[in-house]
Amino acid sequence: MSTGMTATTSGGRRAWEGWGHRVGAQRGLLIAVAIFAIMFAYYGYMQPVGLSSNVINTAANKGVLLALIAMAQTLPVLTGGIDLSVGTIFVLTNCLASNIVVGSPFMTALGVIVVLVVGAMCGAINGLIVVYGRLQPIIVTIATSAIFYGLALVLRPQPGGSINPELADLMTRSTYWVPSSLILLIGVVLFVWLPYRRSVVGRAAYAIGSSEQAAYMSGVAIGRAKILAYTLAGLLSSIAGLSLTALTYTGEARAALAADYTLNSIAAVVIGGTSLFGGAGSAIGSIFGAFVMRTVGDLLFVFDMNPVLQPLFVGIVLLFAVSLGSVRLLRIKNKLDLYR
Amino acid sequence: MAAVMRLFSNIDKATAIAFACILLLLFLGALYDPNFLSADYLLQQLLTASFLGVMATGMMLVILLGHIDLSIPWTITMGAMMATAATGFFGDSLGYGLAIPFGIFAGVCVGFINGLGVAYLRAPSMIFTLGMNAVAQGLMVFHTGGFSPQDAVTPLMRQVVVGHIIPGVANPVLIWAVLGIMTVFVLTRTSLGRQIYAIGNRERAVFLSGVDTRRVLVICFVISGACSAFAGVLLAGWANRSYQAMGDPYLLPTIAAVVLGGTNVLGGRGTYLGTVAGVILITLLQSILSVVQPQYMLAAMGLKVPPESIRQIVFGMVIVGMMLLYGREKLVR
Repeated sequence: MSTGMTATTSGGRRAWEGWGHRVGAQRGLLIAVAIFAIMFAYYGYMQPVGLSSNVINTAANKGVLLALIAMAQTLPVLTGGIDLSVGTIFVLTNCLASNIVVGSPFMTALGVIVVLVVGAMCGAINGLIVVYGRLQPIIVTIATSAIFYGLALVLRPQPGGSINPELADLMTRSTYWVPSSLILLIGVVLFVWLPYRRSVVGRAAYAIGSSEQAAYMSGVAIGRAKILAYTLAGLLSSIAGLSLTALTYTGEARAALAADYTLNSIAAVVIGGTSLFGGAGSAIGSIFGAFVMRTVGDLLFVFDMNPVLQPLFVGIVLLFAVSLGSVRLLRIKNKLDLYR
Repeated sequence: MAAVMRLFSNIDKATAIAFACILLLLFLGALYDPNFLSADYLLQQLLTASFLGVMATGMMLVILLGHIDLSIPWTITMGAMMATAATGFFGDSLGYGLAIPFGIFAGVCVGFINGLGVAYLRAPSMIFTLGMNAVAQGLMVFHTGGFSPQDAVTPLMRQVVVGHIIPGVANPVLIWAVLGIMTVFVLTRTSLGRQIYAIGNRERAVFLSGVDTRRVLVICFVISGACSAFAGVLLAGWANRSYQAMGDPYLLPTIAAVVLGGTNVLGGRGTYLGTVAGVILITLLQSILSVVQPQYMLAAMGLKVPPESIRQIVFGMVIVGMMLLYGREKLVR
């Protein structure tokens, strides 16, 4: 702990320790990547046709939907909050897109912009209520998710609608083995997540998650950082909503779908190594967490498991992943650290 | 008289506002249709509220600890399904009497595992109970998918729900009242109750004062599981059968009822009277929205919207609005 000790150790040793620290900080991400790589390789191996372009594309289309929502969930979680409305924003924008992303290229482009703006606005409403209303995020997002679901029902009382087929094809096809959905995901990482992570507001989000009091005392703009986190969460959810419309060609206001995606997004965030208490983790980890959750479902098919057993195994995987975090308890020397 | 005065002076702001909102709702309802103030209607609402009240009792204890139990939906379903399946497991003569205890026992098991995970593995309760919810769902899907279970309720279960031990008071209301009195007693008159509030404020301090806080956590999660499963048994008795996903519509109303009743969602603060107010408020709100049917008024204005959407939007807005009235955090300083 003393600075004198560090100064006397050799430079090489110090570099090694720094490296070890870096790996340690990314442990959650690395574990998620490793689990996904093993599971997906086995999945491909068990496919009768091998990892054909089609198999990869189907897996990517499904995985990217959850990955986007898991990224959305990560941002509020990093600030120490939570967003239980990501699933309903996803469903709301799906219903909206099935209404307005149609017609001429100009109208389609306008429709896409409106869908994204509406998603971001839904998120901004969450953020504004959390910051200026000073309410707990869990309560706010439970309440707003009821409102968003109600709006989705207004837009689409019955399943139906359509989407511009060219856009849908562009978003879901695979070019030279590379699925468009993966390109979209990488684009989101490059143009939304990385700039955010490096920006002042992004760092502020991590600071708030670590200790809101300390962040406040250091002059961090808490309100702005939180509102932006929730707004981006809404935006990312709406991108997923648009992708779902491209995938299914319809809009449907289904509460079970929203709940399923919200729950799985939290699971993906945890598996990806982001702390639910905030301040540590990354959206990249959540992406792989989402891929793990999706591959678990696919693997059960490969194993020819009785379909009625599938929810049970997804639940057990979730419990197991959470319990893995308890390994840290073995390293705790002071029993007091167990308690808040 | 002095006791009554003391009771009223003890009512906190949140509870008072929640009760005021109940009166306001009834007043608005009565403007629409005077039948809203009839004894029949009010007793009927109290009966509907008692199911939610039983669920909210367990949830309140967990929220007071600063945790949350998201496994409620499938614990309810599990309690109902295990109770109706008991005659299949134990035979007709034994299962008849064991149905209700067996249903509650299933909930106790779910709650116990939740408690172990949260207290001993130190897993975040939100995600661990979510996982248990999925496991309970998986078990129930397997239970109904593997073979055709007995899903009809036993006559005793039916009787527990529709009967009247005290004339004029439906049994579920009586059950909720007894459960409520027991909870108030535990929370205000026993060391366990003190420990629950204290853990919600700062678990570390409670541990340092020599309390086995992990035991308290497990107890509360077990109670929460038992309450949900018992509510499931009652719901099954009411609907005359058990079915998949019967608990799904109850998670949000349960949390909303507890929080609208003034219980701090971070733990440590809240009264049972407030929870009662929250439960009645939510029940009345849902009932009035389905009776008034605002979709026809909107249809007259040329807006065609499904009734469910109005219910959801109003429900969400009322929660935000009421929380803005009295649930705000202090400014960080």
